[in-house]
Amino acid sequence: MRFRRETAAPVADPARGIELRGVGHVYGDRMVLADVDLHLTERRIGVVGANGSGKSTFARLLNGLVMPTTGAVLVDGLDTRNAVREVRRRVGFVFQDPDAQIVHPTVAEDAAYGLENQGVPAAERAERVAEVLDRYGLAGHADHPAHLLSGGQKQLLAIAGVLVMRPVRIVFDEPTTLLDLVNTRRVAQVIEELEQRAVVVTHDLDLLEGFDRVLVIDGGRVVEDGPPDSSIAAYRSLMVHR
Amino acid sequence: MTLALYVPRASPVHRTPAGWKLLALAGLSALVFTAPTLPVVCGALVAVVALGLVVARLPVAVLGRETRAVLWWLGALFALHLLVTDVLTGTLTVLRLLTLVLAAAVVTATTRVTAMVAVIERVCRPLEWVGVRPARIGLVIAMALRFIPLISERAGRIRQAQAARGGSVRGLRGLSTTLVPLLVQVLQLAHTVSEALDARGADDVPLRRGGPRAA
Repeated sequence: MRFRRETAAPVADPARGIELRGVGHVYGDRMVLADVDLHLTERRIGVVGANGSGKSTFARLLNGLVMPTTGAVLVDGLDTRNAVREVRRRVGFVFQDPDAQIVHPTVAEDAAYGLENQGVPAAERAERVAEVLDRYGLAGHADHPAHLLSGGQKQLLAIAGVLVMRPVRIVFDEPTTLLDLVNTRRVAQVIEELEQRAVVVTHDLDLLEGFDRVLVIDGGRVVEDGPPDSSIAAYRSLMVHR
Repeated sequence: MTLALYVPRASPVHRTPAGWKLLALAGLSALVFTAPTLPVVCGALVAVVALGLVVARLPVAVLGRETRAVLWWLGALFALHLLVTDVLTGTLTVLRLLTLVLAAAVVTATTRVTAMVAVIERVCRPLEWVGVRPARIGLVIAMALRFIPLISERAGRIRQAQAARGGSVRGLRGLSTTLVPLLVQVLQLAHTVSEALDARGADDVPLRRGGPRAA
């Protein structure tokens, strides 16, 4: 008699936050991140660092887009290496270039994409998409081709496409790099108003105003970790003396 | 370049299921090829134009754009027929193709991509028996429609950058100096898009959209 082996679904505990235990990452023979030990529980966390410092790899570790070469990343107690689907459902990811994130031809269709993947019924999908597009001023563009939106509208659509999936946390990878001042402010406001916990990787230091904690990454290591004022001062000093 | 295919309206044509519209398009093709008489073909053309402009309330520009796109081909085809057959056959051939082009334009302008993709997924459903996931085929089609204008726009930007630095944007040299950087950009884009698909749960894609989630 054969028994089917049941695998228990991993249980998430939001109170545990995100834990990085001895995390390192290597691309080919290049060390990108090393010895990262962090416990991220704050509502708003910023990450700054020079180009090529390892920020984007750090961000991608948090929702399992990149797996650690050494150590482990646990999101709400779930290890990204063996519960990656559940981790990705819990952690939304907004990319720097919205054009890479928008995969469907029209605005509403793209916003609905993640929900289709989750198997959300059509009626609920339509309701949630209408609600999120309305919230970000895109309701009038629902049937418009996504490629005709402005840069700011595309970034808002990319954020809407993530938020509609109702993640517990959101990681932003340089969300304002390609935007003008008006749209940068709009995205900053969106991040500020989010109910979800957010980790924001950015070069825009103004974006970090009011954040709870800022990490400075340099040469693949976290070299400063504290409140925005002290971390940003340390980052400026680091860049000046380079 | 734009692929602004869908024109939102509240018309009976828009409300007709995509499958029925595609079936009607196939039926129309069969009709104009099996009954190639002037009254039938002219009647079909008038009916398609009336359906598009009056019933579906599409802008004249939508059908005009499609007509302009094939005008030179139709003209060349008509000229060829003048040489090898006769005026009537040439007229019939041209009107037949124009009817089908406009009918296809009416279908695409009144049908959302997702509805069209859903039909394709239904048609591909038997392929599940050999391990093919119809939802993936649908996604590939939707992504092609999304990324063709984007890649075209990026090629335009590269050509502008070459021209701004005094480079040639025409001829074989222009082609090679555009293609290589475009290819690099497309590969980089493809890598990020694959990450974005993962981040938005592409691995969770159900066998059929709206159906039970794949294990």
